[in-house]
Amino acid sequence: MGGYGDVQCIDENGMRLDGRTKDEVRPVSIETGVVPVADGSARIRWGLNDCIAAVYGPMEAHPRKIQRQDRAVLDVRYNMAPFSTTDRIRPGFNRRSREISKVTAEALESVVLTELYPRSKIRVEIEIICAEAGTRCAGITAASVALAHAGIPMTDMVVSVASGKVHDIVVCDLNKEEDNYGEADLPMGILPNTGELVFLQMDGDLSPEQFQQAWDYNMEAAEVIHKEMVRALKGGDE
Amino acid sequence: MSGDNGADGPRRSRQAPLLVAPGDDLGDSGEYEAGHGVLAINGRLRALKQGRMNNRGGTVSIEPRRTAYVPRPSDLVVGYIEGCTSNIWFVDIGGPFNAILPMSLGPSKAEFGGIRKVLDIGDAILCRVQEVEENHSSVVTMKGMGLRAIRSGSVEEIDPHLLGRLIGRGGNNLRQLKEDTECRIVAGDNGRVWLDGDLAGIINARDRLNALLTEAKIDDFGVDA
Repeated sequence: MGGYGDVQCIDENGMRLDGRTKDEVRPVSIETGVVPVADGSARIRWGLNDCIAAVYGPMEAHPRKIQRQDRAVLDVRYNMAPFSTTDRIRPGFNRRSREISKVTAEALESVVLTELYPRSKIRVEIEIICAEAGTRCAGITAASVALAHAGIPMTDMVVSVASGKVHDIVVCDLNKEEDNYGEADLPMGILPNTGELVFLQMDGDLSPEQFQQAWDYNMEAAEVIHKEMVRALKGGDE
Repeated sequence: MSGDNGADGPRRSRQAPLLVAPGDDLGDSGEYEAGHGVLAINGRLRALKQGRMNNRGGTVSIEPRRTAYVPRPSDLVVGYIEGCTSNIWFVDIGGPFNAILPMSLGPSKAEFGGIRKVLDIGDAILCRVQEVEENHSSVVTMKGMGLRAIRSGSVEEIDPHLLGRLIGRGGNNLRQLKEDTECRIVAGDNGRVWLDGDLAGIINARDRLNALLTEAKIDDFGVDA
């Protein structure tokens, strides 16, 4: 078996541990308006992931040195709750959350019309309540919905999803075991209406064919998730 | 995505309201003009906000579900005093930035160094936006008819884009509400509504206001808020 250790994540029929086929996305549900005091908010349940994003602003940017005269800045804070995984996570910022906050802000900045709010700040808080795998993808997706819910003008919503390689087989939307014992991981941020890419990371090695396969899986999964995002925004609230 | 929008351009507003999400394609721009919440990109109209699409007089716009207030000159607003220096008050008018109220534009009795005696932090005022700079800094004034410190009644908040529903065509809805509740009602452009009258009237007006908001959401989105 490939991967680290002897954990078998896919059986000989191509069935995964959680009963999905290799091109299947975990069940996704999104609701908006879950934080009434926020200007916009969203909660995404994606497999066992549970993530809340809240948006405040646009507001005056403090301290003044972070202000930009020609646009707003996105102040994104990604955080995992201490109880979100089996091992307790030490509260507060760490290198990982800092990195994810940064890439999330950069992905969202490409769609938000920041130039409409010079010198302002839009605060985006992402809290992971329960983590399975792909929390950065869940965070970016939830933050997109929360920004739309807050009425922030955006050219599109960012859908983020990760595919990867387990035992030399490319699979869509990795779960915890596949993430831990797999060989590669390819999270992407996709603009579903245009198919543009605003965020791409890769952990591990993929051959060009495997990369193309993971790319295709991500594009297909993005359509499924985008439908749910639109349903949440158009369908219900609070 | 809005599959009903083909190359012929956006749907007419006579049809059922079309709900859109950011990024939705609203059709070919052609002779249509992009209004509020819509951007024309490569000859196609694209939604920038979540809300209901309107197509009036060749202008396609979106009535958003939520909006942040952005001040414009001559807006009548209800603000709260957030801070002050010797001769300037800083006023929260619900926009991204606090507005400034210079002593010279405040109530006439203000004196240099003693402006907190006139308007203290936390006080509500009815004022008008005099000037908005390119970088969103704004100046408000209390010089004008009816502009005053709010010392009685209650201030309620609604989303600014729902003010049209509150006021109604030719001000009918607001006039009716005033008559029914026997309250003085001033709707600020920033979505803050000052209700003044006896307690029963204020409570009645507040309930009517909440009912109107719920109704607006049901009309727009077919769900209870």
